[in-house]
Amino acid sequence: MLKMILRRLVGAVPNIIGVVIVTFLLTRALPGDPAAYFAGPSATTEAIEQIRAQLGLDKSLAHQFVVYIKELARGDLGNSLSTGQPVMTEIRTRLPASLELTLCGLVFACVTAIPLGVLAATRPGSWIDHLCRMLATAGVSLPTFFTGLLLAYVCYFLLGISPSPVGRLDVSYPAPATVTGLYLLDSLIARDLETFQAAAAQLILPAVTLGLFVMAPLMRMTRASMLGVLSSDFIRTARASGLSGNKVLYTYAFRNALLPIVTTLGMVFSFLLGSNVLVEKVFAWPGIGSYVIEALVSSDYAPVQGFVLTMAMVYVALNLLIDVMYGVIDPRVGIEG
Amino acid sequence: MGTPAAASAYPAVSAPGWRDTWKHARYVATDNPVTLGAFLLFGFFLVLAIFGPWIAPYDPLMSNTEVALKPPSAANWFGTDSLGRDILSRIIVAAQLDFGIAISAVFASFFIGSTLGCLAGYYGGWADRIIGRIADTIMAFPLFVLAMGIVAALGNSVANIILATAIINLPFYIRVSRAEINVRRNAGYVEAARLAGNSDARILALHLFPNVLPPMMVQISLNMGWAILNAAGLSFIGLGVRPPQAEWGIMVAEGATYIISGEWWIAFFPGATLMLVVFTFNLLGDGLRDILDPRMRT
Amino acid sequence: MTLEAPLLSVRDYSLEFRTRSGTVHALENVSLEVAKGETVGIVGESGSGKSVLSFGILRILDAAAEVKAGTIVFAGMDMLAAKEGALQEVRGREISMIFQNPRTALNPIRKIGRQIEDVLRTHTSTLQSELKKKAIECLAQVRITDPERRYSAYPFELSGGQCQRVMIALALACNPALLIADEPTTGLDVTTQAAIMELVSDLARERNMATILITHDLALASEYCDRIVVMHAGHVVESAPTGRLFAQPRHPYTARLIAATPSPEVEIDSLSSIPGNLPDLRRNDLPSCRFHARCDRAVGQCAVESLPEVTYESGHKVRCFNPL
Repeated sequence: MLKMILRRLVGAVPNIIGVVIVTFLLTRALPGDPAAYFAGPSATTEAIEQIRAQLGLDKSLAHQFVVYIKELARGDLGNSLSTGQPVMTEIRTRLPASLELTLCGLVFACVTAIPLGVLAATRPGSWIDHLCRMLATAGVSLPTFFTGLLLAYVCYFLLGISPSPVGRLDVSYPAPATVTGLYLLDSLIARDLETFQAAAAQLILPAVTLGLFVMAPLMRMTRASMLGVLSSDFIRTARASGLSGNKVLYTYAFRNALLPIVTTLGMVFSFLLGSNVLVEKVFAWPGIGSYVIEALVSSDYAPVQGFVLTMAMVYVALNLLIDVMYGVIDPRVGIEG
Repeated sequence: MGTPAAASAYPAVSAPGWRDTWKHARYVATDNPVTLGAFLLFGFFLVLAIFGPWIAPYDPLMSNTEVALKPPSAANWFGTDSLGRDILSRIIVAAQLDFGIAISAVFASFFIGSTLGCLAGYYGGWADRIIGRIADTIMAFPLFVLAMGIVAALGNSVANIILATAIINLPFYIRVSRAEINVRRNAGYVEAARLAGNSDARILALHLFPNVLPPMMVQISLNMGWAILNAAGLSFIGLGVRPPQAEWGIMVAEGATYIISGEWWIAFFPGATLMLVVFTFNLLGDGLRDILDPRMRT
Repeated sequence: MTLEAPLLSVRDYSLEFRTRSGTVHALENVSLEVAKGETVGIVGESGSGKSVLSFGILRILDAAAEVKAGTIVFAGMDMLAAKEGALQEVRGREISMIFQNPRTALNPIRKIGRQIEDVLRTHTSTLQSELKKKAIECLAQVRITDPERRYSAYPFELSGGQCQRVMIALALACNPALLIADEPTTGLDVTTQAAIMELVSDLARERNMATILITHDLALASEYCDRIVVMHAGHVVESAPTGRLFAQPRHPYTARLIAATPSPEVEIDSLSSIPGNLPDLRRNDLPSCRFHARCDRAVGQCAVESLPEVTYESGHKVRCFNPL
């Protein structure tokens, strides 16, 4: 088991290297003057030269790359122009908000899509099956930012069943004491059910918006995977052995069907992390997505670079997790390596 | 990349039987009204995209603050925005921009990606490793985030949106064409062509590549929808298209601030159009899949 | 001639499949009896309906299958009328089945010991603490080497022969009265084939367990079966005690099958094949005798009138207008 995890870790290294190189190239090898980018649109010529010397942009590209790596190792992502604060600090403070949102979106998507997919597979041709297929096609057509706006309009403005879609907590609630940074967990740890409810209420709309888009591929894959597994030989053996319907379905069929679903999660995370930015803008969610949008408006480049790097690293970590999960579910993987 | 027999579901065709394809297409269209509807809708939007500027009832850029924030009416079917511009006209004109972005990006991605994939699949060895590494590096990023990074770095312009969208779609085309070529690399007819003295380039272009097309066409259609969503998303957060240019994503962004105060039409109509267009492309992709290979139906 | 009621009695069983390309008349008027402890072989070409019949007995057919007529009675229980709950009690406990391709017939990501425990847990009242011991016992009974270690193995870690033994262990874990073996040796090498057949045969004898052996290999059937039922294109054409079948085959198809079966005494050159193919079972105009087109003894009534059943001694039955 440990060997398998280590092997996966090693496999992730080329990706990490690739990410670092690409983010470096995105900032240094830009058309135009990188120093001007970092100095900002309103910088004087002297300020630009100062930035150039400060960031070592006058040295060779190889030298700059080495410096870049050293800074990364130190956790130095540069400073934001508009706030003057280190980018790393801002990202570290805001990351839990984005992670909480992404996680809830994922949970929502899985909890709705996977059971629906299983149901559609066990009742082919039924209305559930057709509903699934329609939702799957419609789901991937939804522009996330538009869905968010619609949901906010209908649920808050028209129906009044959702709280005002601005931020993680209504102003009347103070944030819970920080343990993980995830308000849901922190409020539970502090045994503060009221705050928990308030935080959850704010999370519902953005999480649903985020999850809606990825429901479609998850549902489709679950359905296809279950259909494939249900018609396989070992299910026939299980039925012929008199195992109960539920045992056959869940212990035998579903666990085997999980494998392609887990693989799909890679694509799902790509969408979730990408759409995160859009949802954070719509719901004024104080995560790293909002951070980078503000930075873009003021042409503040260092936060953008930090954002891309952070998101990519989170994605690499998530993919690693998926690989390990796959190895846990499927014992054959260790052999193929 | 899987066993040779399993990698490709498509039999080799040296020349597509267009008559048979057309007959089958007609059968699918009549058998499945949804697909027919998708084709018609696609045609409608295409007309809109091509002739937009001439069809639009008002000048999309002309502001008229007297009629600002008017709800849908006989004069303005979709209402007016904060600057008094007719929303319907802006939506129609935006079709040209969004379609243009999607088509350019997807086809650029397709040509470059499938060329790279063909080379990787045919020659193997170093070419395969390097091209595979490029694809893997792109895939190591959440795709929208990479697009954001590229446009932010290179500057806000339509050209950069196209470039970014093309780059993030490369890995798929690389992988599919590589897999298909890999499977057929040593097929009989390829050997025959080689023995007859055909250069590698000829073999790739004339014998192998046409067989790569069928699975690609389905994906191209699906990619178009995704490319439009991508471009709209980038514009929504302020990257790429700048005001006062009319683009569906930017229009939704402009309308977002007004939706909470009740002026829903500013964001609603561009968003709904966006949804409909992407939905059409997705249905089209499904329909193409049914026409080209019924075996692939999910 | 047994005096007690047969363990399994299939009478005039007819089955159809609704498919996109038409209705497949898979089985027509199939009758079959298996007595307690008896080993019956069902032989026929691929597509003759042998497997479909066995799936029908266990009621594990595809949803597209439709029973048109007939009865299936097992130990006094009407299998066709029984509800799913009752059927689940019978499957794996009173009637068990083993399949060809043993490796794909086992759950690839579940330890084989656990798979046996699943069956034990479903059908017996074995205590949780005793399950593992019992499972290892089952493995030992099918002569798997080192059953303690194999308990934790996955199917991909075992050879084809070992996988088949595991399947047999699964099937016999609850001591069923009837074992249906669907081509259990296809895909295994010859030595393993012999070992598996010996194992099944020994276990059947020890437990007085009835066996239905489905195979396309007539030679295999002749060696292990008390009685043989010959099927062709969804029909039972002949059934007889093994000795009698080979000594005096009555149906033209049986005779041709025997003539086409290699054996040490026969020279390869003298083997003959059976001309033609199985008829397309989707046709609505199938002749009464589905062997009609390939038969050199066909007479006028064969295509139109419903087939008679001619009985000879020792329960030797044939359905033919012009038997040998």
